[in-house]
Amino acid sequence: MQTSVIGRIALFGLPALVVLLAPTPSGSAEPSERIIRIEASSFAYKPALIAVAQGDHITIELVATDVVHGLHVDGYDLSVTADPGQTQRLTFVADRQGTFRIRCSVPCGPLHPFMIGKLKVGTNWLLWRAVALALLAAMAGVVGFRQ
Amino acid sequence: MTRRDLTHFRLIKTVLHRRGPQFALTALALGGFVLAIVSGLAGTPVGSRNFGIVAVWIAWWAVLMLVAVPLFGRGWCSICPIPAPGDWLQRGALLQPATRGLGLGRRWPRATRNMWLQNAAFAVLALFSVVILTQPIVTAVVLLALLFLAVGASLIFERRAFCRYLCPVGGFVGLYSQLAPVELRVKDRAVCAADRQKSCYTGNAAGCGCPWLVYPGALEKNTYCGLCLECLRTCPHDNIAVNWRSVGADLLQPRGRRLDEAFKALIMLGSAIVYAAVMLGPWGTLKSAAYNIGSGTWLIYALGFLAFVFVVLPGAFLFTVHAGRKLARSAVPLRRAFVHFAYALIPLGLAAWVAFTLSFVFANLSYVWPVLSDPMGWGWDLVGTAGDSWTPYLTQVVPALQTGVLLGGLLWSGVTVRRIALEGRSQHPVFPLTLPVMAFCLVITLGLLGLLVG
Repeated sequence: MQTSVIGRIALFGLPALVVLLAPTPSGSAEPSERIIRIEASSFAYKPALIAVAQGDHITIELVATDVVHGLHVDGYDLSVTADPGQTQRLTFVADRQGTFRIRCSVPCGPLHPFMIGKLKVGTNWLLWRAVALALLAAMAGVVGFRQ
Repeated sequence: MTRRDLTHFRLIKTVLHRRGPQFALTALALGGFVLAIVSGLAGTPVGSRNFGIVAVWIAWWAVLMLVAVPLFGRGWCSICPIPAPGDWLQRGALLQPATRGLGLGRRWPRATRNMWLQNAAFAVLALFSVVILTQPIVTAVVLLALLFLAVGASLIFERRAFCRYLCPVGGFVGLYSQLAPVELRVKDRAVCAADRQKSCYTGNAAGCGCPWLVYPGALEKNTYCGLCLECLRTCPHDNIAVNWRSVGADLLQPRGRRLDEAFKALIMLGSAIVYAAVMLGPWGTLKSAAYNIGSGTWLIYALGFLAFVFVVLPGAFLFTVHAGRKLARSAVPLRRAFVHFAYALIPLGLAAWVAFTLSFVFANLSYVWPVLSDPMGWGWDLVGTAGDSWTPYLTQVVPALQTGVLLGGLLWSGVTVRRIALEGRSQHPVFPLTLPVMAFCLVITLGLLGLLVG
């Protein structure tokens, strides 16, 4: 019984540890200057999905086309606010890999809490690690993690 | 499976036996409930500045899904303010056991003594949820409607018919309470069998008969025990225990698995997926469709939602269960296999709701502080926090937490799939039977990971 438990831990725990602790490769491409124009209106950002490379110098130009909107980048904890018809800029270096939510930071109407976009910086290793761990968890379930 | 009776601790037993602490918490919750209704009707229409929206859909929801349900199961039901006024009217007392109260005391119709009405009630609320969650006046109307429904049910039917058969929240709280590490059970069934009075069900001078229409002597699952503790007070043999136990113990109890509860598991899992896409996704068109009730796009959204949670997801699950039976050459009837394996989705469903709640709550929790100072949004500053600005919390940590919760849910569901398959191992090989169901759980988890952290 004890051997069996140790065997299961070795079978699933060790690969899980490898997935968790494996170093993530950093982006090899040269950082570039990126200027991204985002229109905010009717509880949505356009574009709603932004993909940049890790290390890129980003300037977000936020344009609010109906009411005052904000833009807060989760993970970076940076914010900018734009009045209707005006453009405001937010400049930063995208040095953290992953996918980060961008949210409106100014109450703009009923759907304000759900005004969300995504900033994808390089590869979302958290997601890929999660996918690998999910496969291991599913296998553990099928094979039997516990008796 | 180890259990530890918490009533062995004198302090805990005293607190649980007395009505005062439970009444105080219920009264506090009722005060907040009434304030939520008043602020919804008379306060600012700006949701993020209105006590009704912030207290109910951010603070209460966070406590319910991150603490109360995972740790205490139906612990919230024991202090829920919604049935309290009807309960007091029915009993004709606040703190004392039943005296000469009001009400017709009719029995609930036999045909609906199940979870289907709760399934339907939840689906209806979910259809309108984007509006309910954002419009204070709509939240107030919904809370008022629930209050009137609960009072009406108490005056017409016996005991807590609303909680048992109607409450849209109580349905899923009951489902997920099977995972909780707390349970109320009898200490010795022989004592119950020998007792002729059955005071726990009929009531006596010390307390009411079970308001949830449950005979504690036969209790095997948390699903319909509201933790009201009346049986703890009425039992003349001190035969009621409040146990600390292994998590998820009820899932391994094959007796009493039912189709309505199986569908509840699927409806909740499907709703978590839809909520994650609509409320936390980047698709403005989808949000607008869910918000603009009565429009053509809302109708499409509503039909899509209902089709997904009642047909597509259950249909896909039925197919995987069928595939497993075919692979294993199992003779277990399809309906029976569908119902039993659906219980393995309960951990994954709770994990999905916790992961959704983590993102939604931590992003919006800072709205709580201003409304404590200015619940109506009228410019007050009662405790000096009215000017606190919005600050999302733990944004660097939440995705990792969500990932951990979802993976934990998948692993737990996987273990449960296998344990359920092992129940009938004399009739079929376990491995091929579980393979498609685990694949289903894996696909759902990957979809949720994509929506929440992708």
